[in-house]
Amino acid sequence: MIANLIHPLTGFVEKTFVITEFEVRKLRHDFTELITRALQPALWLLIFGQVFSRSGAMHTGTIPYLDFIAPGILAQSVLFVAIFYGINVIWERDLGIVQKFLASPTPRAALVLGKGFSAGIRSLSQTLIVYGLSLVLGVKLNWSPLALLNVLVIVVLAATLFSTFSLVIACIVKTRERFMGVGQVLTMPLFFASNAIYPTAIMPGWLQTISHLNPLTYVVDALRTCMLAGSASTFGLSYDYVVILLTTTILVITGAQLYPRLAT
Amino acid sequence: MSDIVLDTEALSRRFRTITAVDALTLSVYAGEVFGLLGSNGAGKTTTIKMLTTLLQPSSGEAHVAGFSITSQAVDVRRSIGYVPQAVSVDGSLTAYENLLIFAKLYDLPRHEQKARIQEALEFMNLTADAGRLVSEYSGGMVRRLEIAQSTLHRPRVLFLDEPTVGLDPIARDAVWKHLIDLRANYGTTLFFTTHYLEEAESHCDRIAIMHQGKVAALGTCKELEASLGSGHTLNDVFVHYAGTALDSGASYRSVSAERATEQRLG
Repeated sequence: MIANLIHPLTGFVEKTFVITEFEVRKLRHDFTELITRALQPALWLLIFGQVFSRSGAMHTGTIPYLDFIAPGILAQSVLFVAIFYGINVIWERDLGIVQKFLASPTPRAALVLGKGFSAGIRSLSQTLIVYGLSLVLGVKLNWSPLALLNVLVIVVLAATLFSTFSLVIACIVKTRERFMGVGQVLTMPLFFASNAIYPTAIMPGWLQTISHLNPLTYVVDALRTCMLAGSASTFGLSYDYVVILLTTTILVITGAQLYPRLAT
Repeated sequence: MSDIVLDTEALSRRFRTITAVDALTLSVYAGEVFGLLGSNGAGKTTTIKMLTTLLQPSSGEAHVAGFSITSQAVDVRRSIGYVPQAVSVDGSLTAYENLLIFAKLYDLPRHEQKARIQEALEFMNLTADAGRLVSEYSGGMVRRLEIAQSTLHRPRVLFLDEPTVGLDPIARDAVWKHLIDLRANYGTTLFFTTHYLEEAESHCDRIAIMHQGKVAALGTCKELEASLGSGHTLNDVFVHYAGTALDSGASYRSVSAERATEQRLG
């Protein structure tokens, strides 16, 4: 009796980690990807960050501008990589891989969340890069173990959130061409309608409203709170976590519903 | 008569205005090699997708290994193996890893996983290449690995969608040798679709010829040939029941998928 009650949940968790494990194993063979990922945050921090820091155009209160955008650039690089994650499942669909997994007894939600987590683990390399760059640029980082742990958790969750969002889009559009189009259209608005590179306070009212509906805003706020020494959270760290977790849950459930569409 | 392991009752699937599978009713016996033939677009793949629970039927019902495909989909999935037409193993993992992930997903007991995988690799003659990345495999090896992967959990029914498409005759024979061994050793029922009549003739216990979503003929090859009078070949049977063959075109997507499979396997 009890075994019957417990089994679905433990089965789900176990299967999720099986999917994640094998997605991560694939990484071993593809180190070029990790290197190309370093490029974008480096450009943003070294060029965009330096220039705007000098101009003094952005008013970021007591924190220097470079410090302000370092967590924003980390969030951005996580977003930019995760948002195209769905292309992988379209590729796997064009082969027969998705079909084979769907014909197995694996819970659909485990297939979706397992892939999401693996995107999260992939993003850890970007964390390392942004921390390295921040050190070079003299950003005042918070090195307390708890803060570092929080940063890692937030990065993994954020990548899970946006890669699952990407997977949902992939399930809807189904072809690579349409997917790339939608991905391009989405990234910039998500990025600019957030607090990643400027405070929401300087936005016009309508954009502020949008930015408050944008999960990236909460990711940036959480990262900024944990990553920097002496930066207060705008919304409160626990509120950020609630928004991120809730959005991810909704997206995983939606993804699990839509995933079987890929087999047809 | 032996047990029925798969039966469909008026199984149908419509896509907007097209009826891809139209009130399909047939039974397959345990341990049988059953071939589903038909020209492109006859409804073979749609039938397999419904039987493997990848596609919901629009109406009708089917039972696989005693479970309903509509209300007991998870039980059906535990009882079957599926080799899609396109390549379904992951090229960026080794053969061993491709098998390990499925051993875990099908809940094989942890202490048995390794032995089962070794056995499957040996059975498909892949032991020496188990540690290589699958992207370096030849077409025949890929197919054999896919069969190993889909039978690791000893399914009662193995579904294969055009298992030998794109393979050269030698690789094709090797795949069939392993499939026949699989039935001999584990009693696995084989349900497959094919375009190759000679394959159906030499390996199938019974065949069904589908035409426009319906079963146009069903029986052993001998029975079907005899049904047209003496001196007829299976090719005559096919032309008789499936129209002048290859007339109704498949969709652009399925044709391009098939070509891509041939390219990747070839």
